[in-house]
Amino acid sequence: MHIPDGFLDAKTAIATGLFSITGLGAALRRAGRHVQPRKIPLIGLAAAFIFVAQMLNFPVASGTSGHLLGATLAAVLLGPSAAIIVMSSVLIVQALIFADRGILALGANIFNMAIVAPLCGFGIYKILRTFFRGEQGRLAAVGFASWCATVIASVFCAGELAWSGTALWGTAFPAMAGVHMLTGLGEATITMLVIAAISKTRPELLEDNDQAVSINGRSTAFVYVALIVIGLLLLVAPHTSPLPDGLEKVASSLGFEHKAIEEPILPSPIKDYQVPGIQSAGTATIVAGVIGAIAVFALSFLFARVLARRHKSAVHPSSPANRQ
Amino acid sequence: MRHDFLDRYSRLNSPIHRLPTTVKLLSTLCIISATVTVHFTQVWFFILVAGGLLILSALTTIPWRFVFGRLMVLEPFALGIAVMALFQENGVFVFLSILTKSTLCLFTVILLSNTTPFAEILLSLKRFGVPKLLITILALMYRYLFVLIDEAERLNRARSSRTFSSSPFRKWNTMASLIGQLFVRSTERAERIYAAMSARGWR
Repeated sequence: MHIPDGFLDAKTAIATGLFSITGLGAALRRAGRHVQPRKIPLIGLAAAFIFVAQMLNFPVASGTSGHLLGATLAAVLLGPSAAIIVMSSVLIVQALIFADRGILALGANIFNMAIVAPLCGFGIYKILRTFFRGEQGRLAAVGFASWCATVIASVFCAGELAWSGTALWGTAFPAMAGVHMLTGLGEATITMLVIAAISKTRPELLEDNDQAVSINGRSTAFVYVALIVIGLLLLVAPHTSPLPDGLEKVASSLGFEHKAIEEPILPSPIKDYQVPGIQSAGTATIVAGVIGAIAVFALSFLFARVLARRHKSAVHPSSPANRQ
Repeated sequence: MRHDFLDRYSRLNSPIHRLPTTVKLLSTLCIISATVTVHFTQVWFFILVAGGLLILSALTTIPWRFVFGRLMVLEPFALGIAVMALFQENGVFVFLSILTKSTLCLFTVILLSNTTPFAEILLSLKRFGVPKLLITILALMYRYLFVLIDEAERLNRARSSRTFSSSPFRKWNTMASLIGQLFVRSTERAERIYAAMSARGWR
């Protein structure tokens, strides 16, 4: 999902940069005023922790491997404001030291992976937690929330690429959302397993009131919600309504027609079936997304049930407290 | 343990390494913004930038092998997204344009990160007015990154010396509990760090 430099044009880079500065600024202000000083080192260490957790590879079929993104994990463990700071720090260090992901694209990457993903993950987790209690409810909520956060962040990423004119929405949306509906399964599984492991050894770290920067501030919550809504209106909504799509077609027929004639030697190999595929691929992706969400919801409940049962049988006989 | 895969050559001694950090940061930003905004039909500009970067890279005395190795490691990610550009009218042109641009930008950042220690970058970011809290968190993060990588390696070694089956589910499960354990240890370490910082007069 990470966007390198050169893939975004100036307007997208500046707009997403402003979003990120606003979101990160609100989180930092909240943290600066309301976090006890003794929690500040924890935020720094948590950032290092997410960085290292992203480096650990999980084997997937046929020799490939995936890794954790960690946005929802950070949000559930630390609360939304701290998660925004933690994920942004990870992305900043990766951009400046690893040259991984771009410098100008940093705004877009922070917006997708450090603001949208943890906030959506945390919001969905909180909503589900009010309905489903207990260990199973917690794990199921964590799984579903991290799947949704991954997919939503990838849709924002597709919106940014489409707005920059790098790729058509009709290609970027099915490709990004489709790939992340699959990788989201891995993200959800790992996040559930990690939370289950922590709740087995140190359940007090998961107490909902013990998050490093809890989101009680109404003004901060308002900034977060506003950012996501504005982002949706600017990046995603224009592509799904019919009018700008028509404009895009006009622009392409006016602006690119002569260039297409200039370069007949290198015809795009997919040209023949791109036009009829656009609308239906987008619709198919939305349908797949809805079906996928229902399936993941059910799956995360089943998996949470297995994990919670194992948790129960594991805690009593062999927990360190009982042994001593 | 040495983790010099991070910014291995940032402490060499060359004319570029000796330049003030602010100058390097600003010129990196200028090169990248120019590369991103100039239209791809202006081919001479991109040849100029590529030539300039190659000369700079020669001046830094960083081994070529390392620079191109890093580029090769990072290129697949760019390629993966760039492929989506092909699915449109004039796609090959857009594809080549963004691939060239992103390669040049990557090259620039690789040079920056391997000629400037991270602490220096943080100092000049502070001078530019980045919030103090963020600088503190970034500095803490960078300092303990190496410690946590060591910790993760120790946990992983302990795991692999005790696990004999290689069933994928078991692997995922143990890796996840490794991550969980790493978080628990990070929180404990954070407590100790806070105590040490307070004892030395922080805040």
